[in-house]
Amino acid sequence: MSLEDLKEELSKVVEPGDMVPRDYEKDGCLLEIKARADQVEAVAKAAREADCFLESITGVDFTNGPQIIYQFNSCTSISRVLVRVQLSRGESVVSIGSIYDAALWYEREVFELFGIRFDNHPDLRRLLLPEDADFYPLLKDYGKVHAFRSTEEIYGE
Amino acid sequence: MANEFLEPITEQTFFLNMGPQHPSTHGVLRLFLKLDGEYIVEADPIIGYGHRGHEKMAESHLYEQFLPNTSRMDYLAGLILNHGYVAAVEKMAGIEVPPRAEYIRVICAELNRISSHLLWFGTFVMDLGGFTPFLYCFDDRENILDILDRVSGSRLTYSYCRFGGVARDVDDEFITATQQFIERLRSRWDDYHNLVTKNVIFIHRAKDVGVINRELALRFGCTGPILRAAGVPYDIRKAEPYSIYSELDFEIPTGSKGDALDRYLVRLQEMEQSLRIIEQALERLPDGAIKAAVPHKVRPPRGDYYFAVESARGAMGYYIVSDGTSYPYRLKARVPSYGNLQVLTEVLPGTLVADTISILGSIDIVVPEVDR
Repeated sequence: MSLEDLKEELSKVVEPGDMVPRDYEKDGCLLEIKARADQVEAVAKAAREADCFLESITGVDFTNGPQIIYQFNSCTSISRVLVRVQLSRGESVVSIGSIYDAALWYEREVFELFGIRFDNHPDLRRLLLPEDADFYPLLKDYGKVHAFRSTEEIYGE
Repeated sequence: MANEFLEPITEQTFFLNMGPQHPSTHGVLRLFLKLDGEYIVEADPIIGYGHRGHEKMAESHLYEQFLPNTSRMDYLAGLILNHGYVAAVEKMAGIEVPPRAEYIRVICAELNRISSHLLWFGTFVMDLGGFTPFLYCFDDRENILDILDRVSGSRLTYSYCRFGGVARDVDDEFITATQQFIERLRSRWDDYHNLVTKNVIFIHRAKDVGVINRELALRFGCTGPILRAAGVPYDIRKAEPYSIYSELDFEIPTGSKGDALDRYLVRLQEMEQSLRIIEQALERLPDGAIKAAVPHKVRPPRGDYYFAVESARGAMGYYIVSDGTSYPYRLKARVPSYGNLQVLTEVLPGTLVADTISILGSIDIVVPEVDR
């Protein structure tokens, strides 16, 4: 399956304006999708249809709320797609563990490090941290960090 | 009267903790197993014992200061992670690397890959009860450690790469020692195959055990030898060639069934391919500078970047968000062992406890890499 197939699948679920091509030579990604929290499940299904695997799920904390970054790629041709979901503080997102089993651990990790809850996750325990951890270490107000910025300061939007 | 002893025993499942201190978990990993007699009903790998917060550390350190952390994630293939990190930052900051440095990096990274595979080979066979091959492997591996020690100054947690090049140049002695090692390891293949591959006990412990097919591997995001053993020729060195891999001639060994034996054979063949890469790189090693002139502190432009390399265990990647300063705003390490370990939740149920050892061994995880 190629990037074109993936684009075709994705165009069924997201607005064409939300699909932004990226320069692979410059930053290693081919396509970026700006999705809302309620589109995540549909996007993951589309990626699964296009025979992609889930490369990672991670979070980034900004002053205007955390972001979740989903990364899909295909093992037949490079088609790294970044799905960026901007959340407001305290907002939860639906789990894609039923579509990709790999998501179950990644979501547990994002939950314990950023405090983002995943709805319908079967087992949202702490993964890397102690079971009784009551802090979210990758939030920028925890511990020592160099800067705490808004998305505009980094992506200029 | 102890009448309760005469009561009939009812059938029930029970829980078994394998680890966190268990010789065949290769690190501080706990497998929480629900057993029905000798058979596994449910398996839950419990990780995090070695969580050091590398990603948090990155947010308060300069790009240069984070460099030593990279080789401490996957300590068996530290140089490859080291290479991936500097290559990622170089791409972000637009730093050109002199060709000689790229060749040296690839030679050392492939040596490191072989040393990682040799250690896996030895310990995997030892877990299954064969002690002798372990000693052979460590003897061979010692050669690599000596070679890398000469150039990098360390035997395990290398920080040999620098932004724009490598820390020290290689000399003639390094080249001769590497060439001698290639010959030595090639002469060993027959021994290894006679000792292990043709051993009927080994074959029974590995064949049709822990089958991970393409479907399962992709659902769990498994990469590296596990995915290749399932017949998918996916290797970052070919799929997204970085450094000088596009100029080198090598093959991607694949299996067909995806059982423990296939994973074993794939890794053995990969070592031979790594030897081929080293041989070619040594032949073409250009003269010239080993380090480009780079600013004292790198300041990559704002934005987010992803860079992937093929580690000894699979697709390793760095996702870095830069805010234009000399500190990473966010650094995420996508580690291959993470998905490779998680697949156990699906593979272990239905197998025997004794096969856990052989499955876990054939997956080749490095727990500090999972924990980060």
